[in-house]
Amino acid sequence: MAALPPPPDPQFVLRGTRSAVHALHFCGGAQGQGRPLLLSGSLSGLVHIWSLQTRRALATLDGHGGHCVTWLQTLPQGHQLLSQGRDLKLCLWDLAEGRNAVVDSVRLESIGFCRGSILAGGHQRWTLAVPGRGSDEVQILEMPSKTSVCTLKPEADAKPGMPMCLELWQADCSPRPLLLAGYEDGSVALWDVSERKVCSRVACHTEPITGLDFDSQKARGISGSAEKALAVWSLDEQQALQVCGTHELTNPGIADVKIRPDRKILATAGWDHRVRVFHWRTMKPLALLAFHSATVHCVAFADDGLLAAGSRDQRISIWSLYPRA
Amino acid sequence: MDPALSAVRLTVREAIHTLSSSEDGSLILSTLGSLKRYLGETENPALPREQEEFARVHFSAFLRCLVGKLSPDWLELLPNGQLEELWASFFLEGPADQAFLVLMESIEGTAGPSFRLMKMAQLLAGFLSAGRMAAVMEGQCRQHTEPASPLLQETLLTRVVGLPDRLGNHLQQESLAVFLPQNYFPLLGEEVVRVLQAVVDCLRGGLDCSISFVSQVLGKACVHGRQKEILGVLVPRLTALIQGSCLWQRVCWRLVECVPDRAMEAVLTGLVEAVPGPEVLARLLGNLVMKSKKAQFVLTRKLLFLQYRCTTPTLQSLLGYLAMDSQRRPLLVQVLKELLETWGSGSAVRHTPLPQQRYISEAVLICLAHLGEAELRDSRDELLASLMAGVKCRLDSSLPPVRRLGMIVAEVASARIHPEGPPLRFQYEEDELSREMLALATSRPAADSPLEAGSSVTPVTAETPDKETEDGGAPQPRPEGSDSELDSDDEFVPYDMSGDREMKSSKAPVYIRDCIEALTISEDWERWEAALRALEGLVFRSPAATREVSVELAKVLLHLEDKTSVAGFEGLRQRALVSVTVTDPARVAEYLTSQFYAVNYSLRQRMDILDVLTLAAQELSRPGRLGRAPQHGSPGPTSQPGSAAAPAWRAVVEERIRSKTRRFSKGFARQGPATGPNEFNSVAGSFFFPLIQHFDRPLVTFDLLGDDQLVLGRLAHTLGALMYLAVNTTVAVPMGKALLEFVWALRFHGDAYVRRGLLSAVSSVLLSVPAERLLADLPDELLEARSWLADVAEKDPDEDCRMLAVKALLLLERLKDRLLPLSS
Repeated sequence: MAALPPPPDPQFVLRGTRSAVHALHFCGGAQGQGRPLLLSGSLSGLVHIWSLQTRRALATLDGHGGHCVTWLQTLPQGHQLLSQGRDLKLCLWDLAEGRNAVVDSVRLESIGFCRGSILAGGHQRWTLAVPGRGSDEVQILEMPSKTSVCTLKPEADAKPGMPMCLELWQADCSPRPLLLAGYEDGSVALWDVSERKVCSRVACHTEPITGLDFDSQKARGISGSAEKALAVWSLDEQQALQVCGTHELTNPGIADVKIRPDRKILATAGWDHRVRVFHWRTMKPLALLAFHSATVHCVAFADDGLLAAGSRDQRISIWSLYPRA
Repeated sequence: MDPALSAVRLTVREAIHTLSSSEDGSLILSTLGSLKRYLGETENPALPREQEEFARVHFSAFLRCLVGKLSPDWLELLPNGQLEELWASFFLEGPADQAFLVLMESIEGTAGPSFRLMKMAQLLAGFLSAGRMAAVMEGQCRQHTEPASPLLQETLLTRVVGLPDRLGNHLQQESLAVFLPQNYFPLLGEEVVRVLQAVVDCLRGGLDCSISFVSQVLGKACVHGRQKEILGVLVPRLTALIQGSCLWQRVCWRLVECVPDRAMEAVLTGLVEAVPGPEVLARLLGNLVMKSKKAQFVLTRKLLFLQYRCTTPTLQSLLGYLAMDSQRRPLLVQVLKELLETWGSGSAVRHTPLPQQRYISEAVLICLAHLGEAELRDSRDELLASLMAGVKCRLDSSLPPVRRLGMIVAEVASARIHPEGPPLRFQYEEDELSREMLALATSRPAADSPLEAGSSVTPVTAETPDKETEDGGAPQPRPEGSDSELDSDDEFVPYDMSGDREMKSSKAPVYIRDCIEALTISEDWERWEAALRALEGLVFRSPAATREVSVELAKVLLHLEDKTSVAGFEGLRQRALVSVTVTDPARVAEYLTSQFYAVNYSLRQRMDILDVLTLAAQELSRPGRLGRAPQHGSPGPTSQPGSAAAPAWRAVVEERIRSKTRRFSKGFARQGPATGPNEFNSVAGSFFFPLIQHFDRPLVTFDLLGDDQLVLGRLAHTLGALMYLAVNTTVAVPMGKALLEFVWALRFHGDAYVRRGLLSAVSSVLLSVPAERLLADLPDELLEARSWLADVAEKDPDEDCRMLAVKALLLLERLKDRLLPLSS
């Protein structure tokens, strides 16, 4: 048996956020500047914009009044950034041509940990899902008009608890937006947004779900929770969710799960300071990235396959694993 | 006198005269033919009265005469072996008992290998194969004929049963196969069945019969130890025959009843072992156990209490037999009471060997399985009292198997005797023994034991954890369907993931003093555990710092309690204590040995002290210990290139050095066996003597010579180990002397574990102290030890003790052998 290659080292490390990193997002790269930008949101409420070429922060955005930034997302058209903070505000930033100003903001009603999700086609209008006013509700907004389209409230006897993570998506064959929501009781529910009803719900974990990601081509998703296992579930033609299997981990607690855009591998951010990389199709463990010295809060993949992990130890590690051909 | 009878006598006398003088074949033939009339079965038989007279008075004498004539020439007087045939027919057709006796007598009376002897032996073989043995026995059963005198019957009995021995003695190498016991006794069994068949026919015909002779034959054969051969044939045949007939049943019961008392034990033991189950035994024996005192004694006392050789199925047959009839069930209750009484007696626990204890326990469990609730309730108090006494003295024992036996029986018995009470549960690991015992406890048609349920069904969907990937090429189960992509897994070679462990707290202290602080006053349990885990490594890395606080550290560790159920706590604490002791042996050993006899320690702590001292001594005396001390020392250039531990850069650097270095010759970097002074030498005394000094002074809470014999046994073992490790040290001689005195004081200790410790201590004295010094300084002690060892080797109830004593004796012998060439 050939010896396994030794565990990989990070390609480089970004320091200087001066507080724990809670959100990461790659953006751009398509504009021809070579390397894309990395956005990071920190516990101190700042959003840093990093150049992956110079490995320095290009700009710092301060819009959340010192409250933790939990979610970052850029819109496909134009240089617009969405940031969600624990000050119950969702800010829309304009980053074009070096500007960094808040152009709009949405008032949030929930103080939970739930991150939002967007669904944007090529149009000017896009859909935003955020946790709603009631503790178990999800609110769907039409943007940029900020019109509340609907509120998704589980049936009275379901009692799934708070929504913990959201994923808006659209099947290729149908224009109807669908929402995957992971709940506090460990179940994943598929909402048909236009019908405002739950298509299917399946219990994947016994602990609150902390992160999920969905591969709409294979109709398979993965979720992580506070417990010691990852759950892989799938969606059949009748839009029914079912658990395909669970994958035991060595240590409990997953903070975030992301599938690489090419759907070959996935990465998890662990409370045990480690990032784990799996083969998405077989769920074979591929690598254990032991660099951080504190809980890893978030992972993100760039379009070119670069992996970033942000941790409570105030560092962001950048990894290049299994580069895309 | 009756003229007919005198005519018979005249004829016989003439015939004998003719036989002894005549050489004329035809004359002899006609003479013999005329006598043949008296045997009947010819066309013109003699009168019955004449036949009777001939058989009674003249037959034996005539046969003897025939035997006397036997020679090759005589048989050749007539062609075609006519004479021989006629000659033999007298033996095979005449009264069987006389013919048998004459045959036996003449074979035994004929000297050496000779023609006559071989002819006689062949004739006897023919006699046996013609089934005449049945006729011999049958003759003794018939009441209507004149019974033989008791003396004759006794002779006959001796000959019938002793035939293989007698012939074997006489014929030596020439003996025929049919005379060998393994062939003869099965044949005898067949013959017994035929006799019984004849008896049954007789009874059907309304004639009286006595089968006491057959019983005697059976009894004697069993006394001779031939139960297996004869009963192996008899039991299956009888079982089949009894099935259909009442008469047979009665005959069979009678057969066993008539066995003489002195043979009853042999027969019953053989039967109990030969039957396949209690039903058959009950059918063969009937209610014998109620009728015969001897049988009752054998079945309910001897086989259960005085011996322990029965196998478990045999035991089940025996107790099952007692349970099968309502008349016998009171006996079973009685047996259970007595069994439990024995089981509960402290002296029995101490003085009986382990296999016997196990035997009694099995019998108890089988009894319990057979008895009903009502029967148990009647004598519940008595049973419970014995049971509890037994449990107590078993749990007190220092031998784990005895304790475990106590636990198993206590659990099962208490559940049966006192079913409404809360169930008793002990913690013991399941093993072969416990499974067997528990299987016995379940009812007789015991199907599968409930233990199978232990292996739980794991959920099918769960994938194996990450560790499996350590072998990179392991085929992974591929989910089929849904995936038509052609991406191969080969491009994704997994990285080494051996670092994937349970996450530990990162708060491990870095200094010894921090460790002590964390262990004593920390309320942060993660830190506490991390300190405990880090301690051993820290002690080895900084011996100087450890020496400053060694005693304090030992004290902390000795008093450490596992408050948060840390996995492997005992091992961690022990290793830490050992490492401290090794680092600063003199002072820590002084502290530990003083604490061993201090008040207010638990037995567990005291035994921990002993273990730590042993392990530390072992570590100290290990040759080449110092070479290992730097744990992460550079492997040097001799390390194999394949060693995975070396980082990649080191391999690169080494490769570069190798390529630029010119070597004149290459040899193996050979490492001699590591040598060094025995570090234990200087401190052996401080380990040993404080321990051996105070064992006979009881404290309030600690009495080695009283209840705490488990610790005493451990102490004896520890002292033996220290003695053994002190080999080649200067202090070995006084140590050996002290140890022999210690052994001498305790040599008659009642606990087997203590005795084992003492015996191993003696062995280590013999191994460690130089032979010359032993003989010069301790001759008396050696002599005394020798006689004690011989005594133990012969009489000790514990098997291990006997074996250890034999080993020690062998060591003594070797010592003697080594010294003798010197003196001569």
